[in-house]
Formats: sequence, structure tokens, C-alpha cells
Amino acid sequence: MSSLRRRKPINESSDSKHNEEEEDEDHDDVDADGDDDVNGKNKKTPSKIKKKRGEKPPKQPKWSCMDTCCWFIGCICITWWLLLFLYNAMPASFPQYVTEAITGPLPDPPGVKLKKEGLEAKHPVVFVPGIVTGGLELWEGRECAEGLFRKRLWGGTFGEVYKRPLCWVEHMSLDNETGLDPCGIRVRPVSGLVAADYFAPGYFVWAVLIANLARIGYEDKTMYMAAYDWRLSFQNTEVRDQTLSRIKSNIELLVATNGGRKVVVIPHSMGVLYFLHFMKWVEAPAPMGGGGGPDWCSKHIKAVVNIGGPFLGVPKAIAGLFSAEAKDIAVARALAPGFLDNDIFQFQTLQHVMRMSRTWDSTMSMIPRGGNTIWGGLDWSPEEGNSCAKKGEKKNETQIADQAGSENAVCKAKSANYGRIISFGKDVAEAPSSDIERIDFRGAIKGHSAANTTCRDVWTEYHDMGFAGIKAVAEYKTYTADSLVDLLHFVAPKMMARGTAHFSYGVADNLDDPQYKHYKYWSNPLETRLPNAPDMEIYSLYGVGLPTERAYVYKLSPHAECSIPFKIDTSADDEDTCLRDGVYSVDGDETVPVLSAGFMCAKGWRGKTRFNPSGIRTYIREYNHLPPANLLEGRGTLSGAHVDIMGNFALIEDVIRIAAGASGEELGGDQVYSKIFNWSEKINLRLDEEIPVHSSR
Amino acid sequence: MSKPLSFYRSYFLSKTMSFLRRRNGTDSSKTRVADPNIKKDGAADDDKKKDEYKIPQRRNYGSKKWSCWDNCCWFIGLICSIWWFCLFLYNTMPDSIPQFVTMAITGPLPDPPGVKLRKEGLMANHPVVLVPGVVTGGLELWEGRHCAEGLLGKRLWGGSFGEFYKRPLCWLEHISLDNDTGFDPPGIRVRPVTGLVAADYFATGYFVWAVVIANLAHIGYEEKSLYMAAYDWRLSFQNTEIRDQSLTRIKSNIELLVATHGGKKVVVLPHSMGVQYFLHFMKWVETPAPRGGGGGPDWCAKHIKAIMNIGAPFLGSPKSIALHFSIEVRDIAALRAQAPGLLDKDVLGLQTFKHLMRMFRTWDATFSMIPKGGETIWGGLDWSPETETVNNSAKKGTDNSTRNTGGNGNICNTKGVNYGRLISFSKDWAETHSSKIERVDFKGDKLTNSSNCDIWLEYHEMGNRAIKAVADHKVYTAGSILDLLHYVAPKLMARGASHFSYGIADDLDDPKYDEYKYWSNPLETKLPNAPDMEIYSLYGVGLPTERGYIYKVAPPSDCSIPFQIDTSVDGDSEDSCLKGGVFSGDGDETVPIISAGFMCAKGWRGKTRFNPSGIRTYNREYKHAPPANLLEGRGTQSGSHVDLLGNFALIEDVLRVAAGATGEDIGGDRVYSDIFKWSERINIKL
Repeated sequence: MSSLRRRKPINESSDSKHNEEEEDEDHDDVDADGDDDVNGKNKKTPSKIKKKRGEKPPKQPKWSCMDTCCWFIGCICITWWLLLFLYNAMPASFPQYVTEAITGPLPDPPGVKLKKEGLEAKHPVVFVPGIVTGGLELWEGRECAEGLFRKRLWGGTFGEVYKRPLCWVEHMSLDNETGLDPCGIRVRPVSGLVAADYFAPGYFVWAVLIANLARIGYEDKTMYMAAYDWRLSFQNTEVRDQTLSRIKSNIELLVATNGGRKVVVIPHSMGVLYFLHFMKWVEAPAPMGGGGGPDWCSKHIKAVVNIGGPFLGVPKAIAGLFSAEAKDIAVARALAPGFLDNDIFQFQTLQHVMRMSRTWDSTMSMIPRGGNTIWGGLDWSPEEGNSCAKKGEKKNETQIADQAGSENAVCKAKSANYGRIISFGKDVAEAPSSDIERIDFRGAIKGHSAANTTCRDVWTEYHDMGFAGIKAVAEYKTYTADSLVDLLHFVAPKMMARGTAHFSYGVADNLDDPQYKHYKYWSNPLETRLPNAPDMEIYSLYGVGLPTERAYVYKLSPHAECSIPFKIDTSADDEDTCLRDGVYSVDGDETVPVLSAGFMCAKGWRGKTRFNPSGIRTYIREYNHLPPANLLEGRGTLSGAHVDIMGNFALIEDVIRIAAGASGEELGGDQVYSKIFNWSEKINLRLDEEIPVHSSR
Repeated sequence: MSKPLSFYRSYFLSKTMSFLRRRNGTDSSKTRVADPNIKKDGAADDDKKKDEYKIPQRRNYGSKKWSCWDNCCWFIGLICSIWWFCLFLYNTMPDSIPQFVTMAITGPLPDPPGVKLRKEGLMANHPVVLVPGVVTGGLELWEGRHCAEGLLGKRLWGGSFGEFYKRPLCWLEHISLDNDTGFDPPGIRVRPVTGLVAADYFATGYFVWAVVIANLAHIGYEEKSLYMAAYDWRLSFQNTEIRDQSLTRIKSNIELLVATHGGKKVVVLPHSMGVQYFLHFMKWVETPAPRGGGGGPDWCAKHIKAIMNIGAPFLGSPKSIALHFSIEVRDIAALRAQAPGLLDKDVLGLQTFKHLMRMFRTWDATFSMIPKGGETIWGGLDWSPETETVNNSAKKGTDNSTRNTGGNGNICNTKGVNYGRLISFSKDWAETHSSKIERVDFKGDKLTNSSNCDIWLEYHEMGNRAIKAVADHKVYTAGSILDLLHYVAPKLMARGASHFSYGIADDLDDPKYDEYKYWSNPLETKLPNAPDMEIYSLYGVGLPTERGYIYKVAPPSDCSIPFQIDTSVDGDSEDSCLKGGVFSGDGDETVPIISAGFMCAKGWRGKTRFNPSGIRTYNREYKHAPPANLLEGRGTQSGSHVDLLGNFALIEDVLRVAAGATGEDIGGDRVYSDIFKWSERINIKL
């Protein structure tokens, strides 16, 4: 009612206007009716009537208020319907026409353009969606989820999140011990192309690519969405759902029904790691693997076109696991702002989210791999000397800087120490390593905080840490990629115990070591060999030109019961070193830094290396981010952001050409805007097969 | 000045908008409270008498129009507010309330079979394959003409049919197939939706497989142990393989299901036309590679535990005749949800029917439903398996027959019914004994009628003499009806005959029966060599099912369909089987019992020539009981063709078999009708 009442004054004023008009009319037309009584009434002056009305209000207001409200709503409804009708009656080409009138003719979508060039569907296509973009639906639930059978819990409208958030969290979480569903709950991935074409209504993931492929003749039978439950660790998807077996069988079916043409695989985001895992699994002998034989990949796969591949993990995953501050895990962005800052749940929200995301084993696949060798140590990092000003308007400047050998004096002088992925305090992040006194946290005793019994409903392992443990973590001051893994082991031992059973983050010394036959190494490109498939091609397609989280400045959060004790120090800013809101950024696609997406294809697998014994050709294709020219373009056709890149016309064109049979050379080989080759050079990683002569910085 | 006068004055003076005026008039005459003039200026409650006198004046001048709008706005606003309020209440309502209300009214509901059986300890065991039937599967657009812009990847069939209403002709163009090839027209690609969503709901809220799936889920099934064998139900069966490799996909997916379930064989649930599709599949998969799937002669034995055919038109359905002949879709089960408004719509006039007919006739798959087995199965001029009048004239034997066939299964009085005569021209011919009918052969030459109709139908090539010739033949049985269709639609039938066959094989070893057109006809193929397999036929009984028609020649006009069901014809008595020009028999509203039950009751029972390995067969009938009240929706005991998929007894049987039970475990045959007696009367070499 309050909102209705607020409207009242406005309406009343309009009412009074009407009344005056009416009264005027009355006054003029007194003689229209001969009746004396009426005359008498009408001869009252307007002012008198007004006075009279002034006396009335106590009796009137409720009625007239409801009345005006109804009237007002009626007007709005009618206008709305009218507009709706017009909208529906509008020819479908009208919006396009308007857009063209404003922005000039649009370029043809790549599918249309390439169809005119005569390209046709050739190789069947397999999509491997990434984390969070795949839909999940409920097959069996608790009491509170009644009526949601086969409805989407993840993806779609998220209607249920708002209605019953705790119930939703309960169903989305996995069991803490096993990493599988809790008893009595079965949440399963949606299958088919609908699994990840749109994440939420209107927020496309694969839809644009699918639509463009359809233009040159692709259809359901030549496309396959390898949907999997992205919450589980990769091997567990096979244990629980036989997902890897299904992918194998479906790829075989695609090849068989398309006259023996090999498939083009398009993994996105975490799907890249999942598909690496798959390629090892399918060739491994039967009990642990798929038993496809050592030439399965070379027989069935033409090319692996990785889009935004976090081959070596993303620093963002650390922040996510450490303090649930998934600033903008690309897609959640669409939903998070309202949800996370929601006042109803206050801090509990973050903790619920943290508890939920910590039960998802797959998040641990994104922890940076390769340790200090790749990500840099206390005093060096491959990206050092990077000019942070990689923003649209300064683009030219930086390119000049590139050519001049990165002589951006300011940045070089005060270069950020990207190797320190987490620092406690800004000064620690900037000080030379010799000045930092670090107290080892590893042996610290975790005290028991007396207050934590109240927090039991939201279980995060922080409550087992106690003050002493938290203090010890902060006193170590700065963490590099190597020590980060230890840190996570310290703050969340149970979670990491599960994680290390499924994932590994190191660099292999000797790939022939039989330990690397275990599945936990399969998704780490630094601890496995590529399959023996010399005809295969591996692409890495990713966006550049966006600031991407690379390192964080943390602080201890003000002590409160049941809250997460660490927080990104959003007050830390530094123009020169790309420090903004406590986050150091480098070039990338907003989620994956260039280093992670590009290194393997730029150096690790380039030519014949120990990671790529059969010499599979690799190509890097970068797409420079340009924001959409105007609002009508939606998420843009030139975007380089992690998910929006799936609508990038240049990328789509490349993908379609590959699917239609082109090789990497025909596409034009590498297409690089960033300094990935420079940075890769700085990484000292042994690539030939010899027995190691230890060298580490 | 009296009240009526003021009313009339206002009535006559405001002639601008008749619609608005009307409401205005009533308002002012009945309740002045609803008159916004009064409410607005706040004088309404002041003095009722005063207001009464004010009204006429206000009405006379200026404020008329304003008050109309005002009134409307107010009214609509009120309705919207109430609507929103209700919507709000509905959304905040706990989910259990509807159930609670239902329970309060009807007493406690029975547990759904899934819940019940779970309490008994049944667990998911054999993977399940669902084969949808005609019309129930969704189709989506992958490439279209200009008019279908923006519909890429949207459903053309199934779902909300939103586009259907917006651009009907465009829709027809896309959903029709090419008349010559039986495939999509060039530039159009309409493909089946895949996955469980393909046929869980036909239209929003109209379940097909959803209830079965939900109950299977209760005992532990999930997406990985269920497979919807979706195919394009418009194409002939073999063409689905040629265009979409649908059969190969089904083979591969069944193999995957068996492999990921530790070698447990699948339970197949085909529904409606899916039954024939799966018969076709079983022959295809064991046929060597170029023409078949090359699975080897024991593929079925290795991969299939049981086939539970639901509402199976093994031997076709007479309804398809009426569809082909005059597109009088009485109630193809699923269309019913959409059709009533659409078909009788005056906007498109009679054209609607012809557009539909043209569309329908391009769908090769519909030929699979034409009655098979000819007069041997469906009865001749003077006899039919359902009536005990083999040697007598119709009128003499009927009293007995009604009593004998009575009991539970009898749904109407079969007096004077010659079911064998599928089409008769006028009621007299339907009832007269065959010796008294003089029939003129219709196979004369045709005179082409050069009317220019924009809608292509082969009727326009027939000419009036040919139409008369058809009518003069008077009575058609299952055998001659094929000739009739060949006559009235030669091109159509030429396409149909290359994909389907309707006869009975004399010698099954004849090499010609290797051809794929025979694969979906159970009377011209052998079942696979799989002695451990089981075949069930589950179907509803107790509903009147179309079995024969009385036709008339429609008043001639250009471009109209020349034949119509003579809906004016009714039987002599109240409970006659003849109603509205349609002879009904017992069945599930679409498939007569004889078609659904005969093969499992006799044709395949034991070791016969159609079933050389002696696969066990079971007939399970479900007696139709209408839903007790509206709250039950389409009922849990329904026997009708599609609603049967929500029948608790059927679902329970399906679940038990899926969980590992054999036919004996669930009680063998369960029969309400006289199917065994009727089968006896059919004289077929076994």
C-alpha cells in the first residue's frame, strides 16, 4: 500500500484539475436543465465547492485513492498492451533496420558471409562447455525441492535461487568427503545442445556459434555438446555418470555417421582441461581409462580448438577458494551483483557460497599450475616490465612501447611483483624480497576459537583454524604459486585432500615415471604428453586487451563471528603498478591471463617437445578486445572477454573455417597482439627429453 | 427528470464508441458508484440525490468521452490489481497446498507408482529406451525461408506453437515435406529435437512421457539410464536413417546404454507409431551393412530385454484412412489440445482443411498407419472379427453378439454394424447385406478438372466423374481401400507404397521380404531370433474408437475436398455404435483393440511363422476410467491413446519390468476385452 499511497498526491493534483474543468462546464450550462434544485446546486461558485471538498477528505480519501490507483494501473496496462500489440505486430526485421539506421549497415554474421564464400559443413563439431556455463537439473531432491523435478537448478532463470536460497545451496553442494552428491540428492547435467547454448535467458554462451555453424549446414546430428557435471572432478564424472564413455561413444558415432570425417573439438574455459583429461583417459587401458587404444585421438580428432583455455590455471581461482571473492567469474557476473550484496543474507551469503564452491572439486582444477617456474617467484615474473596501461585508449602507446622493447620507464621502475600472487598489505607486495621477514605458517598450531560453535550451520574450514592459525597465515606475508598450494592445504585441509587426489599442480621431471599414469595428472599439461597424433592440430584462441586478475593484496578482515577472516584489500590502489582495488592485473580476457592461455601453444607444445612428442602443430590466435560500439550491439561482436568472446565474429569465422576443413596454415598461422612469445621466453622450462639438470630460479 | 430518461439521453448522445458506450450506459443505470465523474470530484458520497441529478448534465457535455476512458481504465486497473494480487498469493503459496486441497476433496491420493515401488525396494536396473510416436515428438528449425527469420533453433512442432498462430502459412511451408522426395524442400531443414525434452511434454502442460520419466526417476533412473529415441516422425522410417542416421544413432546409443550399465539389456518403450518404428529398427539392425545396421543376427538378443509396446497400432488404425481421405482429424490424441480452435477457425475458411491435408499428405510416416492385413484382419463385407456374424446377415446375429461380447468390454450396441466396411457411402449401404449391393467399379479413367486452386491436392485432378465413380462403389473394405487411395491420390500412394506394405506374407522366406518396405509390417516379417526377449502389448480399452465411416459426396465447389464424413448419420438407438457418421469399436480412442492386441494375442503367441524363436508375448489391457474430478487433470486411470502414459497401473508394470521383473512376475496377460475370441475368428496361417 505504501507505494500506492505515495502516488496519491500526483493524482490528486490531476484530479483537482479535472474537477475545475467540470465545474466550469457546470457553471456554463446551468440552463441546460430546467430543474430548480439542480440550478441551485450548480450556481455554487467553484470556490465554495472547493471549500466543501476541503471539508470532505476524512470520508473520501480511501475510496478516491483506490480509485485513482485503479485508474492509473488501468492506464498503464492499456498502454502496455498497446505497446505489446505493436511489438508483436512489428515485422521481425524492424529492430535490425533501426540498428542499421543508427550504426550503418551491420557486417554479415560470419556464417552468412562464409556461406556466400561457398563453405559447407564438413567435420562434425564437439563442444565442451566450461565451468558454470553448463546447466544442471534435479533428478531427486529433498522435501524442500518438491516440484522441481527435471527443472534447472543451474542455468536458465535461476528462479528457484531467489525463492528458496538455502534449499538451493543444499542441492547444489556436493558431499564434503566424497565429492559426489549427498545422499538423497541427484543433480545431473542437462544434455544436448540446450545444455549450454544460453546460460541465463538472453545471455548466450554457445548459441551464437551454433547459429553460425547452422548457417553453413550444421545441425543436430553433426554437432554434439559434451555436457558434463562441472562441479565434479573430471574422473568422477566418469565414475558417477560415465560421461567420458558417453563422449567417446558419441565422437565415434559422429565420425561413423559422417563418412569417417574426424571431429573438430571446441572446448571452452575449463572444458579445455576436461578435454585434456579425456584425451589421456580415452587412450589409457580399460580399468582406469577408456581403452580406445593408442591411436584413438589420431583416428577421431582433426583439431582441438581451445577457446579461452586456462591451461595453467587462473589466479582468480585462488581468490575464489581463499575468500570466495569471485569478483567476476565471468558468467556469475550476470547474477552476482544483486545476489552477493543482498542484505538479507549479509555475510552469510558469501560463506554459503564459499561452502558450496569448496565442495566443487572441479574448482581445484583451476589453481595455478607449474608453480614458480611458470608464475614467477618472489622477485620475478614472466610478465614483469609489463605496462599496465593496457586500456583501450592507450592502446597505441603500448604498441609503440612493445616495438621499442618495452621501455615504459614508469612501469619498469615500479614494476609489480606478479609472482607474489597473494600479499598481506600493499607495502609487502612492493617491497624487495630481502626486506620481507616471513614466519613460516606451515607448522603453526591451529588454535580453537571459542566462538565457533555458533557457526556450525555454515561450515567452512576457517572455523577450525582459530586465531593462531589465521595470524600465522597473515605473518607469512607473501605467497608465490608454490607456497599457495601449501597455504590452501593449511587453511582448508579437507578440501585440498580431496583436490590433490584428483588434480596435480607441478611440473614433471620425468614423464616416463609410472606415477604419471594416474588420472590426477591427466589434466595438467605440464605432467602429461599429448597423444600420438601428428595430424592433429591444437589451437589456442583467446581474448586480450582486458585487465585480468593476476595477484591480490589481502588483509585480515575485522573480526566477527562466522565470517571469512581474509578479504581482498580493496583500498589498495596504485596507478603505476596496475594495482586497483587490491588486485594486480595483467593482459588477458578478464579471467584467464595471457600466460595461462598461451604458454603451452607458444612454447610448451611448440614443435617437438617432451610434452608433445609427436609434434602436433599448435597455433595461437588472439582477439583484441573492443567494447561494443553502442548498446544495440549487446555484448558486442568484437569482444575479447572470457565468455563474450564466443560471440566474437573473428573467432567464429576461424572456428567455422576449421570446421569446414581449413588447416592452421590456411587460417594464417599465429595471430598475436600480446607479448606472449616474449614472456614465454622468460620461462625457464626444460622441453627436451633429457634427464634434468636441475635449474630453478 | 426521471432516471430512465437520463439514461436514454446519455445513451443516445454518446455515439462515438459503441463498445465503450455500452459499458458506460449500464454503469450509470445500475450503480453510480462506478461512475468516475462522481468519484473523482469527491462529491459522490455527499448527497446521493444531488448526484442523481447531476449525471445527465455531466453526460451531456464534454466529460462523456473522458468518463468512458476513465471507466475503462478504472475497470482494467481493478482487474489487473486483483490479478496481480492473486498471482502474488499463488507464488507465495507453499507447493503442497494444491495437493492438500485435492486430498481434502477426494480423500488421500494414492502414491504415484514410483514412490510406491520404491518403498517396496525396487531399484533402477535395466536402462530404458523411449520411442515416441507420431506427432508427439518435437521438431525444430535449422534452416528456413525468409519468412521464418529469427526462428532458428526454435520449435516448430511441440512446445507452445507460438509461431503457428503468428504466421500460419510460413509454418505450413516449413513443416510440409517435398511431395516428390518425401524429404525437406530445398532451403528448409527441420530436424527432430533430441534428448528427453523431445517428447516429455507435447505442448506446455500436456504431458506425453513426463509422467513415466518422473516415476522412473523415483526408483533411481536418470538421464544416463534413459534414452529418448527421437526421430523425425514425418519421414518414412527408412528415410530417417538416410537423412538423419536416426537408426544408427539408436543402435549406437543402445549399445552405449548396455555398455555403461554393466551389460544389462535395455527395456524399450515404444508408443503409438514408435511401435512400428521399432519393429523396423529391429529388422534394420540385424540386416547386413549396406542396407541395414550390420549388427549381426543376435544383436536384439544381446541388447534387448523386453519391448513394452504402448497403444500399439501394429496393424494400423482406420482413423488414418479418414485422415488420408478427407483430413477429418476427429481427435488425433495430441492434436486435440490445439485443434478445436484452429480447425474450425473461420479466418482461413475451408482452406484450413486443405492446407492441413496437403501438409499431412506429404508426411510419409502417416502411411504406416493404414490398416494392414486387408480383409483377413479387418473383416470383409459381411463379417468382422469383432462381431459374431460370420455366417449370418448382420441383423440376425447382433442380439447374440451384443450379449456375448458384452460384459465389461462392450462400449456400445453393435447392432447392425458391419465393421468390415471401413467406408460406406450412406448409411443404407453400411447396413445392407452384401448380396443386395450393386457396386460399380471405380477404376475408370479420370477427367481432369482444370480448376485453378492454389493449394495443390490431387483431388483437383480427378474430375466429377471420377468422384461419382468413387461414390458409386458404395462400400470399401480394408482390401479395396488401398485401391481407393491409389485411385484418389496416385502420386501420394506411389511414394507410400515404396516405403510401406500392407499385405500378409504367404512365404516369409521369399527374398523380396528383405526389402525395407516390409520391415514395419508384423505380418510380413519375422521377429528377431531372441528367445529371451519379451514382447508386451499395453493398451487402453473401454473407449469408443473409430472403426468405420459413412461418407457423402460434398456439395461440389471448386477447390474443396469432395468427400466428407456424413455427420448427420446416427444409429437407431441411443447406444448405437454409429454416431456422427462413425462406427466405433472398443479401443483407446485411436487404435482399435484388434490392431493393438492381435499380434501378441495370436500372431506371435507361441512359436509361429512370424515368431520363429518363440519370444514370449503378453497382452496387458487397461480399462479406461475417466478422472474422478477436474483436479486430477487427465486422470491416473485413463485408457486413451496418449493419456495412457499417465496411467498408474501401466506405469507400475513398466517400472517392474524395468527393475527386472518378467512377464510372469507381473501377472502374465491381463485382459478385459474379447481380444482372444476375436483373434480366434481371424483366419490366418501361423
